[in-house]
Amino acid sequence: MNVKNYVRFEFQSLPENVAFARACVAAFAAQLDCTLDAIEEIKLVVSEAVSNSIIHGYGNRPNEKVVVAASIFDDRTLEIIVEDYGSGIKDVEKAIQPTFSSDPARMGLGFTFMKSFMDEMEILSKPGEGTSVRLKRSFFAKDKEAYA
Amino acid sequence: MDLDLKLVRNTLVVKVQGELDMLIADKMRYEVDKKLEENNIKNLIINLEKVNFIDSSGLGVIIGRYKKISAVNGRMYIVGARPPVEKILHFSGINKLIPMYSSEQDIINI
Repeated sequence: MNVKNYVRFEFQSLPENVAFARACVAAFAAQLDCTLDAIEEIKLVVSEAVSNSIIHGYGNRPNEKVVVAASIFDDRTLEIIVEDYGSGIKDVEKAIQPTFSSDPARMGLGFTFMKSFMDEMEILSKPGEGTSVRLKRSFFAKDKEAYA
Repeated sequence: MDLDLKLVRNTLVVKVQGELDMLIADKMRYEVDKKLEENNIKNLIINLEKVNFIDSSGLGVIIGRYKKISAVNGRMYIVGARPPVEKILHFSGINKLIPMYSSEQDIINI
């Protein structure tokens, strides 16, 4: 499986940049010629991962760095990686449970959305060092199902 | 302005515009809570007609206001959610807690 195209960008951990990140990845993913529904779902998962980095990884500190990388493989698979160098997640298993949130004002649905709308989700995290979320979705399989 | 708050008797109508992510959600939480504290508000209508994107930050601010309104035995409604937003509201289960209508007029008619 070869990389057909990729983008990588970094930005300051500001709420204003969440829309920028999801719009960029959505524009990149549009090369896959997938459905508008799929593009909306990609926007959502990027929004969730980047918001997690800003809110949980950096505790809303604005001068930190978030890195987003997206790749399209020749089998029409999209891979998205969102990385931060923040506080990390102590218990990944617990964090990905539906409705778990470290903040009572939030719904804890971020990872649930990522898991539901992507085929694969992998979280690498080390307390004090940061978190890397890797998401994968194959458009061949999903689009075939949609048109079946 | 991506937020418009209007008080109609004891009902606060909040119209949101654009993408309801953490940027607007924080602003909405602050503005709505300020109005809820200042006035004797019983009911809350969130109008999402002009919202084309929502994520869990947006859902969080809605559910948080629902808890506040429920605590004073008030009623809360969501109106005008368009298909992509409606899909996420359904996915989250919010529609089971907060009744959803297609327009503000529909609430007046019930």
